[in-house]
Amino acid sequence: MTTVVFEWRALAPVLLVLIAAVLGILVEAVVPVVHRFFAQVFLVVASIVASAAMLVANWRAGIGGPVAMGSMMLDRPTYFMWGALLVFGLLAILVFAEREVNGGVSTFAASAATVPGSRAEAEASAARLEHTEVFPLALFALGGMMVFPAASDLITMFVALEVFSLPLYLMCGMARRRRLLSQEAALKYFLLGAFSSAFFLFGVALLYGYAGSFDFSAIAAAVQNPTMGSGILIAGMALLGVGLLFKVGVVPFQSWVPDVYMGAPTPVTGFMAICTKLAAVGATLRVFYVALGGERWTWQPLLAVLVVATMVVGAVWGLTQTDIKRTLAYSSIAHAGFIMTAVVGATAGTATSPLDSLSSALFYLVVYGLASIGAFAVITLVRNNSGEANAIASWSGLGRTSPLLAGIFALFMLSFTGIPLTAGFIGKWAVFAAAWRGGYDWLVIVAVLLSLVAAVFYLRIVVVMFFGEPADGVVVGKASAFTWLPIAVSALGVAVLGVFPGPVLALATAAGTFIR
Amino acid sequence: MTFGWLTLLGLLPLVGALVLALPVRGAARAIGLAFSLATLAVAVLVTVQYVGGADLAVRLPWIPAFGAWWALGLDGMGLIMVLMTVVLTPIVLWAEWGVRGHGRWNAQGYFAMVLALEGTALLTFLADDVLLFYVFFEATLIPMYFLIGGFGGALRRAAALKFLMFNLVGGFILLASVIGLFAVSAAGGTPSYLLSDLAGQPMATNTARWLMVGFLIAFVIKAPMVPLHTWLPAAAEQATPGSSTLMVGVLDKIATFAMIKFCIGLFPEASAWVAPFMIALALISIIYGAAAAIASTNLLRLVSYTSVSHFGFMVLGIYIFTSQSINGTVFFMINHGFSTAALFLAVGFLIKRRGSADISDFGGVEKATPVLAGAVLLSVLSAISLPGMSTFVSEFLVIAGTWTREPWVAAVAALGIILAATYGLRLYQRTMTGPLPDEVAPHFTHDLDAREKSVLIPVIAVILLFGFMPGPIMQLAEPTAKAAMQRMQLDDPVAPAKGEK
Repeated sequence: MTTVVFEWRALAPVLLVLIAAVLGILVEAVVPVVHRFFAQVFLVVASIVASAAMLVANWRAGIGGPVAMGSMMLDRPTYFMWGALLVFGLLAILVFAEREVNGGVSTFAASAATVPGSRAEAEASAARLEHTEVFPLALFALGGMMVFPAASDLITMFVALEVFSLPLYLMCGMARRRRLLSQEAALKYFLLGAFSSAFFLFGVALLYGYAGSFDFSAIAAAVQNPTMGSGILIAGMALLGVGLLFKVGVVPFQSWVPDVYMGAPTPVTGFMAICTKLAAVGATLRVFYVALGGERWTWQPLLAVLVVATMVVGAVWGLTQTDIKRTLAYSSIAHAGFIMTAVVGATAGTATSPLDSLSSALFYLVVYGLASIGAFAVITLVRNNSGEANAIASWSGLGRTSPLLAGIFALFMLSFTGIPLTAGFIGKWAVFAAAWRGGYDWLVIVAVLLSLVAAVFYLRIVVVMFFGEPADGVVVGKASAFTWLPIAVSALGVAVLGVFPGPVLALATAAGTFIR
Repeated sequence: MTFGWLTLLGLLPLVGALVLALPVRGAARAIGLAFSLATLAVAVLVTVQYVGGADLAVRLPWIPAFGAWWALGLDGMGLIMVLMTVVLTPIVLWAEWGVRGHGRWNAQGYFAMVLALEGTALLTFLADDVLLFYVFFEATLIPMYFLIGGFGGALRRAAALKFLMFNLVGGFILLASVIGLFAVSAAGGTPSYLLSDLAGQPMATNTARWLMVGFLIAFVIKAPMVPLHTWLPAAAEQATPGSSTLMVGVLDKIATFAMIKFCIGLFPEASAWVAPFMIALALISIIYGAAAAIASTNLLRLVSYTSVSHFGFMVLGIYIFTSQSINGTVFFMINHGFSTAALFLAVGFLIKRRGSADISDFGGVEKATPVLAGAVLLSVLSAISLPGMSTFVSEFLVIAGTWTREPWVAAVAALGIILAATYGLRLYQRTMTGPLPDEVAPHFTHDLDAREKSVLIPVIAVILLFGFMPGPIMQLAEPTAKAAMQRMQLDDPVAPAKGEK
């Protein structure tokens, strides 16, 4: 009988977020309607700030190593990812709280359970009902995302996967406008997500059969000293990969991305675009580097093929889109490919050149996240009389009517393109360098050419904004600080990291390697 | 550490561009011109110190994880390019004083973009770090893109996009090579992007060749050389004369500049390997550019094709590898800058009066506006490298250097000069001489005004000055040519001594 040891302090960052989520549910039950919104926003901000403070304190105190009886690993990459998730989570959830732009109500459905177009819906709408539950839901998702890349056994990882996925499915279906599209997105995401979870579980079972343990270090040991043929290992690895790569949005598991990004309420899309991706890439890195690092010769070439396909689909299909959210969805697929080039490279750092695959992928996620959060926040502001104007054509002439906003959006587009002096360039450089040093120079050349293809659709948006005639009836909504703050922080981050990436890059490099 | 003069030189115009992002209203143009003149003053100070033998190099860590430095330095060629840029920029601003854009694009935006272009271009000429060079090489595209797209003719959007896409293709391929350099450097221990560190880095022959091909593709597109030149006539046709001056005069020079500084500096063996191909490409550009200029019916396209031909000469001068020809190329780079400026600006004044760029819309203009006709004549003569013009000296050096190594190449290149005379004189003849048609006359009622004269006089003065006194600039260029030859481990071909069989 082992004694249960639970490191409260080390786990405090996660616990604070999850506790706040639970409190948020209580708030729904006990706090009067008029105060709920304020209470929920307060809970979100307070818990995330407190969690970040605990994270910094723990880092400074040098707390680390396996926690929660070895089911989670609190190593430097975990610290980095938690920090990034908390910052991005806060910025993204702040946009949830925007009400001014929408005439005093949030972008979420008045009553998500009503049938679209029904009388019940109209009544709920007229009564100005609101789903303040989105805040605890987002916190649950954030908590799950924090556990996911920190998990060091497969069961914990699966639980975390479900904890962050379920709230996301729900939130996707809660758009106030275009509700059918939103519900379709939610259903698609849920069905495909459940399907991929099943694959993940099957993979877990096979790997357990192979190694006799869920633990990553035990699996790594079994890979080193095999006791049986590698067939079951490879099958387990592939199935597990399906589950993970589904969340990253890697081809051929990307088909949900465009529909879900388009249908989900835009603030939720922004949240998913970076936080889900960060958690999923983090977990993929941990599984493939820690548990399956010994099998890298098997998975590297396979993954390289998928990465090429991912970049092709993202960049080429992105060209044909006319909806801005859909365009950014394909962009996110392309970027998933770019990030994964570093993962494929599996470069280890050296003393004189410490930039390895892990740190460059982490850095890329940060710069991609900044631009994504900012871009989706900007999308919530460009409106016509029926809500957000998402057709690219309606963004025409924005540079004339609203130069500041268009300038900021152009900055994000240039960062996605990877134009120097924006953060995106430094990120691209880092992941491609990691891939090249890992011996995948051909992959870098392919990636560079596909970046060029992707550049076409980013730049087309810039062209439309700056050189087009203003579209009829499109205005930039008046928004509160809930939207402007994330936009300002992202824009500043993209510009500053483009010129002085040093400190953040140093942090990412310090995040160096996983503890095995 | 000494004061960072070079940092100041590069950043001053960028600060100016940022200032112009503020709502300064009526003062915008004056502020823009002031910043460009201040940059010119700094450049003069830098030149004085450089000639005095001061070490101006700046070296600060920039991105340690990448081995990238904020490393700026000057050699003779760099200084020549810097001087050309800082002199041309205020002239262009002065020439475009009355610029009007489309929509919200106004003079303030134009001046800001020109300053941004000046700053980024200066930093490419100063960078002693490959990544730093790359960053600014790409960054120049953005202001240029807006200069074409915001202020050009009817088809400006398509032209701007074409410009950007061509250059981005080169830029992204270059990125792959730059990353490859990092991998090579990191494999050898501590990664560093410093030119001096990389030049000492042993590289496998094949690796060096592949990496250099990446560099070269970017520069061939930028230069621009046939068959990758098509973006240039399209862009020049749509852009304002001032923008075209900067695009052809300054921006495209980065390519030839970088061929000498980076291609030869980093990959001497691979440069020798690719030389026959580059010489062929250069000859094709010389002939094709000149022929296309003859066939052009549009003044701006004609002018841009003359540049394609001239860039052929510059590239030829580099890849024939004699100190004379490289010297000539460096000298050609500055001369072409001013020559093409004179041509674009003078032709620009012509087009502005007529409201059309079609050659067939002109005729007999010299009778109505003799001063303007004279300015066009001088700039045409400069473009066709007449003796007495600075371009003559440099073109002569390139051909003479080529002759010592490959006489038949020199012979083909000389054909370009004959074709040049054809397009130049035909241009003048068809627009300026003959009777003044009735539909043309009403457009040419006033000759060059004081501002237009003050734009053209300094440019033409420089052309004539260097034509008769090439000495000072040649002295600046010489060390660069020598260093390039040393790097290539090549000697000049020895001319057979007289009387010897």
